[in-house]
Amino acid sequence: MKMLANLRHIRLSQVLFTVLVAAILLYLILPVLIVVPMSFSEARFLQFPPKEWSFRWYEAFFNSLEWMAASKVSLITALVTTVVSLPIGMAAAYAINSSSLRIVRTLQIVLLLPMMVPIILIAAGVFFVYARIGLISTLTGLILAHIMLALPYVIIALLAGLRNFDMSQEMVARSLGMNRFRAFMAVTLPQIKPSLVSATLFAFITSLDETVVALFISGGDNQTLTKRMFTALRDEIDPTIAAISSILILASLLLVVIAGRNKPQ
Amino acid sequence: MSNTYLAKSAKSMPDSSNGPRQPSAITAQALAREERKENRSMLLLLTPALVMVVVLLILPMCWLAFQSVQTEEGFSLVNYVRIFQERIYWDTFALTFKISFMVTVLSIFLGFPIAYAASRLQGFWANLVLICVIIPFWTSVLVRSYAWLVLLQRRGLVNQTLIDLGIIDQPLNLMHNTTGTVIGTLHVMLPFMVLPLYSVMRKIPQDLMQASESLGAKPFYTFRRVFLPMAAPGVMAGSILVFVICLGFFITPELLGGGRTILVSMLVQRNVELYHAWGAASAVGLVLLFVVFLIFWGINRFIPIERILGAR
Repeated sequence: MKMLANLRHIRLSQVLFTVLVAAILLYLILPVLIVVPMSFSEARFLQFPPKEWSFRWYEAFFNSLEWMAASKVSLITALVTTVVSLPIGMAAAYAINSSSLRIVRTLQIVLLLPMMVPIILIAAGVFFVYARIGLISTLTGLILAHIMLALPYVIIALLAGLRNFDMSQEMVARSLGMNRFRAFMAVTLPQIKPSLVSATLFAFITSLDETVVALFISGGDNQTLTKRMFTALRDEIDPTIAAISSILILASLLLVVIAGRNKPQ
Repeated sequence: MSNTYLAKSAKSMPDSSNGPRQPSAITAQALAREERKENRSMLLLLTPALVMVVVLLILPMCWLAFQSVQTEEGFSLVNYVRIFQERIYWDTFALTFKISFMVTVLSIFLGFPIAYAASRLQGFWANLVLICVIIPFWTSVLVRSYAWLVLLQRRGLVNQTLIDLGIIDQPLNLMHNTTGTVIGTLHVMLPFMVLPLYSVMRKIPQDLMQASESLGAKPFYTFRRVFLPMAAPGVMAGSILVFVICLGFFITPELLGGGRTILVSMLVQRNVELYHAWGAASAVGLVLLFVVFLIFWGINRFIPIERILGAR
């Protein structure tokens, strides 16, 4: 702000700039904030601000077998995806960080592919394969696809931690007689905890938010929350969505707080 | 020869577990063996992740590629020719590029002031700006699309406000068209622009601007000649990220476009789900994939891909 403070003669532009920034920030945050009061509306039709308040959409959500089943599928998928993708991603990130082999650099790009290939194409491809091996509408198929999608996020988060870590500490532990795995668990892992936390968050949220692949391959009793929400939004706007959305917003606020506390620097 | 071997193996020397016990027995051969062992175990660690990506991504892509050139009469490029000949395909690609370009340009203009403010402000205000970017970023795309559906509908808050302010008489059609698609997509993409921009701008030292001004440069000149060139890599990374994600974006355009703004991703989805036309879907998808790879390949010389993707 010092630079701006020095320029007393352009006060007006400073005011305009502040207004501009405030307007853009409102554009970003308002749509998220507006959903919450709407979820407490009594009306069947969406209005803002609501004229009467009620919990009926929350009741509708928690009393609906379909919504509850979909939430359960989504949560289980996200949990298993996180638990499985973390060790797989950790192993890959460790190898990328320690190896100087040229081929590892190439393989690293391959591991980032799920982030680069348009998701719609991944969905079509996975659907094509699953249709042939009978994994359509199964929880296993859904979880496997989500692990693949979460891996690049996990690897990038963990690599950031490993690159800032001095690997010679692990060497010291090994020279004192620990085997490599124990040295890693005892010395390295505790010290890259912040990136482990963000990798966990990324894996969980990637799976929980994932819609397009779920749209193609999940179905029947194993539909995800996102698939049900998408279908409900496309066909008819059901205010129950407002209640679900508010719960999801609360969850993401929680994640922002965890992520914020995670990096004190 | 053995010297270069030793030099190359020096890095992995501490790894050799028999090293400390019998240092005199280290030979070039033993070192080379250790290095091979080390390399093997590193590749082994990579294997599970690679298997996932190969089986669930690379093989399916090869399958799609095969489908796209396979017809009942055998090999044929008819699916690719169709993209250039049939109007609907060509128009869809054109519209996708147009919307992606618009959203990218808009996100530069909206993202730059926010990132600038966040990087120059301190303490509470800087955090406030960042929180306004990060909360939407972590909120589900479906939730945000829902919010825009409510805000932009005919009697939605946006139309109501504009009428109350006397700016318009009749409600505007803000959704189920390109306008709605751009507004909703821009909202999703803006954080992808702001976050890389912010991380670049934060590292630009304040002293440089002061130095420039103390030497007599006008503020705008300082901004243009000192600040902007240093922020350019951030603009570049953000733009690539936004443009590429836009090209394949599905959820928000599908919901806010209301089936009237057809993008490439919807062409793929409809060809698969409605018509089971795998050849057409594959060809369209692979052309999209080719464009995306071309962009990443081109940019990789200036900014490593990993850094662009890491900004997410």
